Amino acid sequence: MSETIIIDPITRVEGHGKITIHLDDKGDVSDARFHVTQFRGFEKFCEGRPFYEMPSLVERICGICPISHSIASAKACDAILGVRIPAAATKLRRLLTCGQYIQSHALSFFHLSAPDLLLGMDSDPAKRNLIGVLEADPDLAMDGIRLRKIGQQIIEAFAGKRIHPSWVVPGGINVPLTEEHRSMMLSLLPDAYAIVNRTLSWLKSRLDRYREEIRTFANFPTLFMGLVNQQGNLEHMDGSLRFVDARGKFRADQVDPSEYQDWIGEAVEPWSYLKSPYFKPDGYPGGIYRVGPAARLNVCNGCGTPQADQEWAEFVGLERGPVMSSFHNHYARLIEILFSLETLETLLNDPDIFSRHVRAHAQPNHQEGVGVVEAPRGTLIHHYKVDDDGLMISANLIVATGNNNLAMNKGILQVARRFINGDRITEGALNRVEAVVRAFDPCLSCSTHAVGRSSLVPILLIGPDGTVLDEVR
Amino acid sequence: MNRVRLATTWLDGCSGCHMSFLDIDERLIQVVERVELVYSPLIDNKIFPEQVDVTLVEGAVSSDEDEKKIRLIRERTGTLVSFGDCAVTANVPAMRNQFKVEEVLRRGYVENASCGAGIPDVDIPHLLKRSRPIHELVRVDFFLPGCPPSAESIFFVLGELLEGRVPELTGKSRFGA
Ligand code: SF4
Repeated sequence: MSETIIIDPITRVEGHGKITIHLDDKGDVSDARFHVTQFRGFEKFCEGRPFYEMPSLVERICGICPISHSIASAKACDAILGVRIPAAATKLRRLLTCGQYIQSHALSFFHLSAPDLLLGMDSDPAKRNLIGVLEADPDLAMDGIRLRKIGQQIIEAFAGKRIHPSWVVPGGINVPLTEEHRSMMLSLLPDAYAIVNRTLSWLKSRLDRYREEIRTFANFPTLFMGLVNQQGNLEHMDGSLRFVDARGKFRADQVDPSEYQDWIGEAVEPWSYLKSPYFKPDGYPGGIYRVGPAARLNVCNGCGTPQADQEWAEFVGLERGPVMSSFHNHYARLIEILFSLETLETLLNDPDIFSRHVRAHAQPNHQEGVGVVEAPRGTLIHHYKVDDDGLMISANLIVATGNNNLAMNKGILQVARRFINGDRITEGALNRVEAVVRAFDPCLSCSTHAVGRSSLVPILLIGPDGTVLDEVR
Repeated sequence: MNRVRLATTWLDGCSGCHMSFLDIDERLIQVVERVELVYSPLIDNKIFPEQVDVTLVEGAVSSDEDEKKIRLIRERTGTLVSFGDCAVTANVPAMRNQFKVEEVLRRGYVENASCGAGIPDVDIPHLLKRSRPIHELVRVDFFLPGCPPSAESIFFVLGELLEGRVPELTGKSRFGA
């Protein structure tokens, strides 16, 4: 008789989600689904509000990547104003982005996934968390706490507040940088470099232990999407969109982000509050693509900073074409932290950043604006329409986690098929199903900005007739 | 001495309050030395346990599942803290309250969709008519406002609660802080 396994809530991910795994008569996995159970309604309730409120409002979509939301939003607002923002403002927004990448990637790697990586997928669930890491390897845990802190201190130094600051505004930013803050930030860099290099060597020396996870964590051909700069290098804040196929061939390049709708469609499935975007030319669901750290390293020509470039070359050498396993997002995250540190160092030594010209003022001159950035979890799109008075008529947001929805679902199925068979379900197998989700580092409260709610992700065992046979909690 | 049994959870929030908790940085170690963390998004326990001494709840009550959760949490918790503005006032989640649930869902899943348009309703929780602050549903013992509350105020409040004192919050945090 067939069964369904439910994992609810998924733990050590941001937001609310659950997983259902369906087994057939023989006890083999027939299907698996990832449900996002929160819905929030940002797209609706911003209607009628002044567009210039948006950067602060949308920060409240997510407490982990508020900076990415505020910058994507401010870029959409810049387009509505019709201004070219001062060069210093662009640089300062980019510096803030670096702080955001450092803290967000550190959280994902150390606080959320290191318990699986250090203690093992099958280890005691009561200890499989940051506190367990602190006991087993205090240096690793402290490195994580310190690296995340450094990222947050950088954000605080620029923006005055670690979470939900109101520094990024339409037309630029609202307070110039001081020398005192610059030297404080420079003083943090040596420690941060040491931590990330140490952690990179640690992870690389252990990749062999994760062979089965690498083989099955969403390891299948898809397209990849990400922003690249004018040289085709890694880009986190501006640039144009590039789509690359599973063999590394460009399917679309130099796509102006404001034309995203020509390339990306959004599908709705009845069992999740998270929509599924797809690459339009290939239809749904054939147009499955991935975004995020590994996808960005797959689409770019290189990082453009010396240390990260060396690591990048080693990373893309893992496979002949693009790196397919989403497990390697963990690895890619560390390389992107290194890239952010190098970018930070270069920009902090640029005298332009002290300019007093940090904001362009204008009335709204256009009725529509699109702002696109790479959030730590992948491409983030804000698209606004306003009336003559600058009041919001509508908003459409495509968030990083949404872009990965199709791939996460397929990845869950792949891991479930490999590790779950017959009538025996082990806790470690179910943890792997959650761990593939963690590799994507989804932001579920982001992804359901539209409306919504999420519950953490639970696992259920369901029979062919739809009855719940077992529930793993 | 028995350690204080601490739980943290999020309902309809953005996780920012939990991130602000992590912003106590190295002092996390002092906290985990004094408590037993029995339930939290950061650990793998999937069931809210019995006899929890202190629970921090982030977020508003927005769905039938949130409502079930908060009632269970109340039953099993000694000191329940409304943690952050969303829990205290319903804050940002309540901005949808001026619209009908149906309208909000339509915008997201019908008007802004190019394929398979329709409102999701299989195996997922249903939205309540309005997002509500926690104390509208259950008794709350302590309110910690802020969006998010600062790491300082969180560390202070926890320290006082762990010592069994009632925190005196004047001047330490406020709405929208
Ligand atoms: S109070 Fe603010 S920081 Fe906390 S969950 Fe709500 S929006 Fe996020």
